[in-house]
Amino acid sequence: MGLEAKLMNDGFFTTTIDALVAWARKSSVWPMPMGISCCAIEMMAVGDPKYDIARFGSEVMRFTPRQSDLMIVAGTVTFKMSHIVRKIYDQMPEPKWVIAMGACTSTGGMYRSYSVVQGIDQFLPVDLYVAGCPPRPDNLLNALIQIQEKIGKTRARDFQNSPRIELSES
Amino acid sequence: MEFVEKIKQKLQERFKSVTFTFEEFRGETTIKFNKESVVEVCEYLKTDDELKFNLCEDVTAIDWQRKKNRFTVVYQLFSLFNKTRLRLKCDLGEDTSIDSVTSIWQSSNWAEREAYDMYGITFDGHPDLRRMYMPEEFEYYPLRKDFPLMGIPGSIPLPKK
Repeated sequence: MGLEAKLMNDGFFTTTIDALVAWARKSSVWPMPMGISCCAIEMMAVGDPKYDIARFGSEVMRFTPRQSDLMIVAGTVTFKMSHIVRKIYDQMPEPKWVIAMGACTSTGGMYRSYSVVQGIDQFLPVDLYVAGCPPRPDNLLNALIQIQEKIGKTRARDFQNSPRIELSES
Repeated sequence: MEFVEKIKQKLQERFKSVTFTFEEFRGETTIKFNKESVVEVCEYLKTDDELKFNLCEDVTAIDWQRKKNRFTVVYQLFSLFNKTRLRLKCDLGEDTSIDSVTSIWQSSNWAEREAYDMYGITFDGHPDLRRMYMPEEFEYYPLRKDFPLMGIPGSIPLPKK
């Protein structure tokens, strides 16, 4: 009773600003589809009406990293491609999250070879690994739900300004 | 079969100083000869009115994993007019260079670049002999038999974490 009950009756609800911001963040995660090889086909299937990523508020696949906050790395990352992936990741505004989708992206997968990076966590901070070769669309949706849970637990103080990136010479 | 005989006959008539070795395996014809005459033989195979091997499908190489006569360059030709395939093989001997056939078939340009990238074979007279797949500053040749499967650690830089 008391003040809270009074507010509820009038159509208000009380919360902390942290919880509200985290809820807003997790409810519309804008993915950057970093589709490199066959996993990208399954990632496209996630967007179609059958699986429908829009149910989870992530239908806005942005093809520019500057408007997205979740990078789904879908496919085999070679050493040559790794620099491009990193460059795109660096362009995304903070806060940002990364899903490593599929066996190749997580560990190099079946490509035990000189040309393939054996896991993108060697050069990117990965939040979630998705198993499968390629993972089924529902598996990726599960990953998105887990990322949303992770985002939901964040607090505003978790995101301090990270030190500015030093520009390379070349 | 008759056509293969005709190729043999014509080549031996035209190039008397070159020794050709002909091989037949499951209907595939292979001609081996020395690398010095590769350009003129290819030129002849393409421009001759009866042979007309006007398409160079691939240029690649073999590493035999030995010190002597280590590399062989292989050319896959196709004649659209006769619907016949032909394979040419040239042993490289001591060095790792051979004359480029880009002046005859434009399509061999990238194929030769790939062979250079993977085996380190230099094609003399190639207009643009750069690496095809590997980074420009990469120092090794991945398809050589002495190259380890997982590569040489640190030879290709990763971005900073």
